[in-house]
Amino acid sequence: MVENRRILGIFSHLVLILGVIMVALPIWITFVASTHDAVRMTQAPIPMLPGGHFWDNFKQTLFGAGLSGSEGAPVWRMLLNSMAMALMIALGKIAISLLSAFAIVYFKFPFRMGFFWMIFITLMLPVEVRILPTFEVVANLGMLNSYWGLSIPLIASATATFMFRQVFLTIPDEMLESARIDGAGPLRFFWDILIPLSRTNIAALFVILFIYGWNQYLWPLLITTDTDMTTIVMSIKQMLEAAEQSPQWNIIMMTALLAMIPPVFVVVGMQRLFVQGLTETDK
Amino acid sequence: MLKRVHFPTSALPYLLVAPQIIITLIFFIWPASQAVYQSFLIEDAFGLSSEFVWFENFQILFEDSQYLETFWRTILFSAAVAVLSMGSALILAAFADRVVRGATTYRTLLIWPYAVAPVLAGALWVFMFNPTLGIFPYILEFIGIDWNHYLNGGQAMTLVIFAAAWKQIAYNFLFYLAAMQSIPRSLIEAAAIDGAGPVRRFWDHIFPLISPTTFFLLVINAVYAFFDTFGIIHAVTQGGPANSTTILVYKVFNDGFVGLDLGGSAAQSVILMILVIAMTVVQFRYVERKVEY
Repeated sequence: MVENRRILGIFSHLVLILGVIMVALPIWITFVASTHDAVRMTQAPIPMLPGGHFWDNFKQTLFGAGLSGSEGAPVWRMLLNSMAMALMIALGKIAISLLSAFAIVYFKFPFRMGFFWMIFITLMLPVEVRILPTFEVVANLGMLNSYWGLSIPLIASATATFMFRQVFLTIPDEMLESARIDGAGPLRFFWDILIPLSRTNIAALFVILFIYGWNQYLWPLLITTDTDMTTIVMSIKQMLEAAEQSPQWNIIMMTALLAMIPPVFVVVGMQRLFVQGLTETDK
Repeated sequence: MLKRVHFPTSALPYLLVAPQIIITLIFFIWPASQAVYQSFLIEDAFGLSSEFVWFENFQILFEDSQYLETFWRTILFSAAVAVLSMGSALILAAFADRVVRGATTYRTLLIWPYAVAPVLAGALWVFMFNPTLGIFPYILEFIGIDWNHYLNGGQAMTLVIFAAAWKQIAYNFLFYLAAMQSIPRSLIEAAAIDGAGPVRRFWDHIFPLISPTTFFLLVINAVYAFFDTFGIIHAVTQGGPANSTTILVYKVFNDGFVGLDLGGSAAQSVILMILVIAMTVVQFRYVERKVEY
């Protein structure tokens, strides 16, 4: 930094460590709660240090009945549903956005700008403001309680299309000229040149969209009535409700932990791509 | 916008945009226009017939003191979430920008709450503040505060604000840190040579220079607080006690799916749409005016 002030340096670290502790505290308490047995978790004050029941709770939550007395699907099934939904949303968004961005940047055709604006409008219609009619459409199409119903209505994305458009615009025109001289058609050019050139952007976007898909709450809540189709994120709410009758906080917190591990792992493990994806899609 | 060199016109581009356009039409434009249409209708008590009433649903809404209260509550909630999470993020980013060693480690330790779903954030906070078991009510008791967010509306609101702000710190921190790191060092060094101390430099140089980021984050945080916090409210308080945490999005859901007031819910959706459109326009105007250093 500009000047060397030892005390200020130490103070900075202190503030940052305090910040990290504040941010991590809820997770620490969750983790601790998932390592004790049910009886200990009914006695106030709750423990602040881990206990020895982590694996018991882990096994009971993941493979057992989960919360005893509830009729929900097993947790491994919910994790699988969440994974399927998150992957379908992320890959679907990337696929259709790549195609439409390619058409809009590399072709001149009637209604090109019309299509562009139609895609732009989706930015202004988040699922929360059109819940009822969208639910009706999905119900009429018979897509309730299916992976298609969970993912397809969320798949159109203006941000992804804009980002790919931006990426394609930075690719030099000479690429296309030389490809055409070599006799490559549009699809060949798309597949052999555009896709490899935008590989890191695709990966960065995937990180963001995977988290977006995994964390969906309102939409799965509405369109899944079949317990076999529940996702892990929406199951937390049912567990909190059940907790009012029989508090089994060790199991609830273990479920919460399992629900946040995949997206947290993705963010921390692919931090560089995550930061890139975040800054690119929002600006 | 368009490449100087492009492919000749054919049926291909239509096929390429088709998947996205079809999905947009079926799941976005059609439902949105349905919402607009329904907002002009009032159904009878049995749902058998409906009458076209122009703006009566809107009129009812704006004369409904409960709706107006919800409106102001949402503004208050969003402002509190934005100030709390942007403020903490700004302080943390300012210090992280200062430290030479370990800035990346701090970043790693601070960004992961972004990946936590809002409803999970709600679950974690409701557990920490559980009136009989939670750690915070236990501590608060020593200073004479009786915590029960199931009964006390103000406490319930505080709880959802904390949970919502906590989740958003990571996002704000990332953008603030990136903005601060893009300020040329020479500028800060020049200020230091002129005798400006660290605090002075922050308020007179760094803070004004990152004001576009502040503005951008303000819009993003408002959108987040308006819409993405549904999960927190739904899981933690269900809008209660006595509607004290009901925000606009929650009310649309509640009136539509629980109260089955289709016209009223649709009219609320339309108002929300107008709000999102306004915020999107503001956001895009910002993008065009990037500050140059």
